[in-house]
Amino acid sequence: MSSNKPCDGPVKGPQHEPRKGFSRRTFIEGVGIGAGAVGAVGMAPEARADSSELMGPSPVPITLNINGKSVDLKVEPRVTLIDALRNQLDHTGAKKVCDRATCGACTVIVDGSPVYSCTLLAIEAQGRRIETIEGISTEDSMHPVQVQFVENDAQQCGFCTPGLVMAGKVVADRNPPPSMADVESALSGNICRCGTYVGVRKAVYEAARQGGA
Amino acid sequence: MATKYDWPAAEDRSLIGKRHNRVDGPAKARGAAKYSYDRNLDGMLVARLVTSPVPHGRIISIDTSVAEKVEGYKGHVNIMNVGDEVQWVGTEVLAICADTEEHARDAAAAVNLHFEILPHWVKDEDVKKAGEANRVQPAKDDTKGPDFAAAWDSADETVEGYYGLGIITHCCLEPHGQVVDWTGDDIKVYASTQAVARIPADLARGLSRDESIGTVEADSVEVITPYMGGGFGSKFNIDTWGIACAKLSKKTGRPVKLMLDRDEELMVAGGRPSDYGNVKIGAKRDGTLVAYESETWSTGGIAGRGSPPLPYVYNNEERLAQKARHLNVATNIGPARAWRAPNHPQAAVLTMCPMDDLAAKLDMDPVEFFKKNADLTARPEVYRYEIDKCAEMIGWKEKWHKRGDSGPGPVKRGLGLSLHTWGGRPHDSTCEVRIQPDGGVSVNLASQDLGVGTYTTLSVVAAETLGLQIPDVKINIGNSKLPISGASGGSTTVGGTSASTRRATVNALEELKGVVAGSLGVGADDLVAKDGKVFAKSDPSKSLSWADACRKLGNRTITGQGKQPDRDGGKLNDSGVGGVQMADVSVDVETGVVSINKLAAVQDVGLVLCLEQSESQVYGAMIQGVAWALYEESIYDQATGKMLNPDMEFYKLPGAGDIGEMEVHMVQNKYDDRGVIGIGEPPAISPGAAISNAVANAIGVRVPTLPLTPDRVLAALASA
Repeated sequence: MSSNKPCDGPVKGPQHEPRKGFSRRTFIEGVGIGAGAVGAVGMAPEARADSSELMGPSPVPITLNINGKSVDLKVEPRVTLIDALRNQLDHTGAKKVCDRATCGACTVIVDGSPVYSCTLLAIEAQGRRIETIEGISTEDSMHPVQVQFVENDAQQCGFCTPGLVMAGKVVADRNPPPSMADVESALSGNICRCGTYVGVRKAVYEAARQGGA
Repeated sequence: MATKYDWPAAEDRSLIGKRHNRVDGPAKARGAAKYSYDRNLDGMLVARLVTSPVPHGRIISIDTSVAEKVEGYKGHVNIMNVGDEVQWVGTEVLAICADTEEHARDAAAAVNLHFEILPHWVKDEDVKKAGEANRVQPAKDDTKGPDFAAAWDSADETVEGYYGLGIITHCCLEPHGQVVDWTGDDIKVYASTQAVARIPADLARGLSRDESIGTVEADSVEVITPYMGGGFGSKFNIDTWGIACAKLSKKTGRPVKLMLDRDEELMVAGGRPSDYGNVKIGAKRDGTLVAYESETWSTGGIAGRGSPPLPYVYNNEERLAQKARHLNVATNIGPARAWRAPNHPQAAVLTMCPMDDLAAKLDMDPVEFFKKNADLTARPEVYRYEIDKCAEMIGWKEKWHKRGDSGPGPVKRGLGLSLHTWGGRPHDSTCEVRIQPDGGVSVNLASQDLGVGTYTTLSVVAAETLGLQIPDVKINIGNSKLPISGASGGSTTVGGTSASTRRATVNALEELKGVVAGSLGVGADDLVAKDGKVFAKSDPSKSLSWADACRKLGNRTITGQGKQPDRDGGKLNDSGVGGVQMADVSVDVETGVVSINKLAAVQDVGLVLCLEQSESQVYGAMIQGVAWALYEESIYDQATGKMLNPDMEFYKLPGAGDIGEMEVHMVQNKYDDRGVIGIGEPPAISPGAAISNAVANAIGVRVPTLPLTPDRVLAALASA
């Protein structure tokens, strides 16, 4: 029942677009019952208000900073960061599941904070430091959170895993290391359907004990 | 009779039954595992469904003229036609594809459907109203055991109550769907499926029904599914969207991806039937159960469903008088799909909750009451042992109190338990094991890993058999061109695939021994493979490393075949298990919020192959249990006929902080002789009943229906 869970503790879970000052809670309160339609309407003016010139509806060239590399691509202004990552750049680690800032499967790290990439427009991600799960490991060397996910059997089907790893990485990298309550709070914006939370909690807590990154 | 295929004796097992990291763990943790949804093929188009917005109606017109002018539009195929009847909101009417996901959405939104509206019904709990709407059909009427009236009269204490649980939906995180690449005579299907080997025939049959396509052979279809993002019983078939996706690929000459949207996934691609019912149950003063009667009803959509096996677990036909009637409520909602342990979770609620109420009325500790009646189950010894063990794990003796006797303050604590059973017999499976001259070993079969640990269990079986380590063995599954193995349903995979793999590996090793024996100057029968070596039992100095042994093959690759079933293949598996779960909860009687302090599980599955992945199956089942016990429910609106929460904001699932502490004990070294038995379903059955019983123990009243949401808890308290 993560959406009833306060996300405003000392350690935050993935946020909807932090720069705009949206927490997930205010986002959900704002859109109420008809979240899909109202959410879309609610977001568009934000995006437009930020732009000095009208963009789109045709694809526009943008530059994203992904895992330390500058990437040029063309997207329609309505394209979300998750769709740009997955459909155009083949960064398919982050998953599209709920597509409305609830489940956390699309979590990437933007300027050091976990963010739901399904609710951040790709054009708005320009000039920000984007880290995806593809950027935190190589075939031979994994981030301590990833190592602990394997050691603690923190995954079953694995579809939620990349999002949980990224949310877990942010909290595990904190200093001083988080308490178990901090870990639970930081992961509360990520939903797993197979039921891997027992291993996930242990994995993130252990990784933090071992000094995170 | 002992055979060469039998599982090694306990003292000879170096891998079986131990803890191992998941073989596919690193690929998943790194985000490198490619799921069907992740496939981006060259030139791939994206398709979307256009579905019915009405719960019941006849299609008057399908107008795609505007959609066809949308930028990027590439084609569409009808799934239904003018004149066809739709029976639920979300019924697939057509599929449409475009060059990008955005354009596909635009095109889908531009399709205009018109319906003649027909009357609908979507409500299932109020059976009287459903009856007035002419939606109720009798489905089952069973009477078993001693004379019911006499048994009922002989009861010293009785309970008559109302119990039930709502409809839930699978909500697989990877939605149903696939990428289809139809080139010439080859159809490659990257499908999110639990049935890799079954999909080719299913798809070929579906396509061949279309005259414009003609006959499609199953053998021209290759299904590729190395990873899949959750199924839980809902992903056995290619479904209309798979057939439509293939047609679009043929029509456009391009690969096409069609994955369901979240609302479609929740409305039409999942669904566990509800169950509601009035239960009468009676016992002697000493707690001996004598009679159980149920009248239950539920909905599985318009076509109905099976009925819950009632009474559940406690169902001895000689000693317990039993009556079970079941009614089906026909509703215009997405049809039910199999959910982990179909019908059993409902049966557990409808049996274990009334039993718990009867124990309270008899003033008995439920642990004593459930144990006392264990002779009415098929496995009295197993259950008695498991109840004692589980009670120890949850601290039952120290923490249990009489119902409602929870002390002052608004937060009340309580304990509850439930029992379950499942078959888990092995499915049919064939396997080919290859040993290469360079020492490489591969296990090949058209099975699939749903996240349960198939890669890991098969690695353990092959490596144990060959005296190797897990990384020395490569597992090739998730491809329909490999030797055929069953669909993953009903906890049948681990029993079937481990047996075929064991037999194939033993056969392959035997052939290798035959080659090596000559060069070591010993008989093949004298050779063993252990610790990475092949050596003579009689003289261990006569030894070759695994690599050197395989080098003796020259240019030859050994293939060992194995199958399940195999009459001469030893007893490697069985079916029929028991399990017990207990819950420790706190309930705030001012807010109605239930929270989990701890859940404990004891589970027997015969021979455990991989301890850690087995435990993970139980943890996962219990966490899913917390979800349907406390949070999740598909809610339908009679006025519009729509599901009100086909999303993840209002279709509630627990997070990492909502599940409390969990402890799992797998029974090992007790029933190992039975061989391997499936574990996917059994632990998914009891959580709801155990949690409901713990809530009743905490607050002193039964909350009749699950999920135990705050409003239901407060209503039960108010009516007490």
